[in-house]
Amino acid sequence: MNLITRGILQLQEVTLLAWRVLRGLFRPPFYLREVVRQMDSLGFGSLTIILLAGGFIGIALALNSANTLQKFGVQSVTGQLVATGLIREIGPVLTCLMLAGRVGSGIAAELGSMLVSEQIDAMRALGTDPVKKLVTPRILAMVMAAPILTIFCDLVGITGGMLAATTLMNQSTSVYLSSAQNAINNNEIIGGLIKPLVFGFIVAIIGCYMGLSTQGGTVGVGRNTTRSVVISSVLIIAVDTLLTKLILATLLE
Amino acid sequence: MEPIHPAIEFREVSLAFDERVILNRVSFAVRQGEAKIVMGGSGTGKSTLLRLVLGLLKPDTGRIFVDGEDITAYSEEQMMRVRQKIGMVFQEGALFDSLPVYDNVAYRLREQKVPESEIEPVVLRMLRFVDLEHAVDKMPNELSGGMRRRVGIARALVGNPKIILYDEPTAGLDPITARTICELAVKLRDLEDVSSIFVTHRLQDIDVLSSEYVIRDDMGNLVFEKEGNRMCLINTKFIMLKEGDVIFSGTDEQLRKSENPYIIRFLDSDNMKRN
Repeated sequence: MNLITRGILQLQEVTLLAWRVLRGLFRPPFYLREVVRQMDSLGFGSLTIILLAGGFIGIALALNSANTLQKFGVQSVTGQLVATGLIREIGPVLTCLMLAGRVGSGIAAELGSMLVSEQIDAMRALGTDPVKKLVTPRILAMVMAAPILTIFCDLVGITGGMLAATTLMNQSTSVYLSSAQNAINNNEIIGGLIKPLVFGFIVAIIGCYMGLSTQGGTVGVGRNTTRSVVISSVLIIAVDTLLTKLILATLLE
Repeated sequence: MEPIHPAIEFREVSLAFDERVILNRVSFAVRQGEAKIVMGGSGTGKSTLLRLVLGLLKPDTGRIFVDGEDITAYSEEQMMRVRQKIGMVFQEGALFDSLPVYDNVAYRLREQKVPESEIEPVVLRMLRFVDLEHAVDKMPNELSGGMRRRVGIARALVGNPKIILYDEPTAGLDPITARTICELAVKLRDLEDVSSIFVTHRLQDIDVLSSEYVIRDDMGNLVFEKEGNRMCLINTKFIMLKEGDVIFSGTDEQLRKSENPYIIRFLDSDNMKRN
């Protein structure tokens, strides 16, 4: 099978999985406790790395933009640039790439090892639908957690940028903050939250699909874990360009 | 009165993965209360057979009946109901790693939303049956291979299924633990009237299952007895698979008298290993 046929086939299977998740959303049994548990382990568990990444990227962003803006004498808009960059682009993409690395791989490895050790079959034999018990809670958890984590990433990034701008570039806090405030309005925020919602879904569904389609024992688990990170990362960046155009055309005209 | 139907019946069931034929027009029936021992080398479709009974796989052609119901065309939702009648013991136990022994055994009842107060006595009774009451709080990774299988059996027994499927439950175990597991299967067959399919390729298992039976003596103790020469167990039958075909079906006496060269080699090679 060549690469394109395989790609199309996988797309079909991912779509089918997504359809089964969607259909199952409205039929009992519901595993609410499982959703909460996944929110905690996948979402809250990722907070530290997201905060670290957000903080550092905010500092770097502020330094770079202040440096360039200085040449044009408009250093005062550093805050605006940092905030816009983070909310529109870097916050969602960075957060979800981190999630693809931490959560997507974890999901794929966990479900993959459950599959090769027959736990998924055991689950079905004991009368549980693995899609409802394992896939749906992870997807719901990620779809909810990714936007929340993105907000934290944005906030910490803007704060980090402020620290850099005030201490290293000698800007005043109030100038930075009022300029940043200019960048933030409802549509910006909505646009900035649509992205992680979609990306969170991508990370979870690709992780689940890769885990559940594992073949070839433990070697297969490793291979599909890697694939889940690679595919969801590329997808996030590709979908980001589409969403950026869409959000610019609709919300931020 | 409704007619007595077999617990499990395969009619001309065929299954192939891509080009590879796994089962080729396989037909057999497991009567109520009977243990059917399925033998055959690795990769001859033994485990596939069990997956077909559970509806985890669907056959390409042929029909499968469980407890009189034709499950061949059943959807996943319909299968959920049928699966409640079946307990499956997986090769390595297939315990849920993230759950302690207690939750593993309680799993089916929790899924059925049975109140916790009713779950506890059942779980403890099942664990007592497999002699693992002391391991109730352990995690699966703290258990030995034999203990995992026994927890697997306890989990399969919850809900009192009348059909139990064993997928090589003794593979890779020491002879004593393997015997314990076979004795559990004998107890279920003789005392609980469970119908079962027992997949194995070990002659030791076959010896225990086909020549021993268990009774309760006057004191209520369980006693294992050998069939000896005076009687013959009729609730244990064999089928032998080779490359997707059923090459033998019958009792252990018939099996040992078989002149099929494959069966002779199969029985001999195992004897050699033992001696």
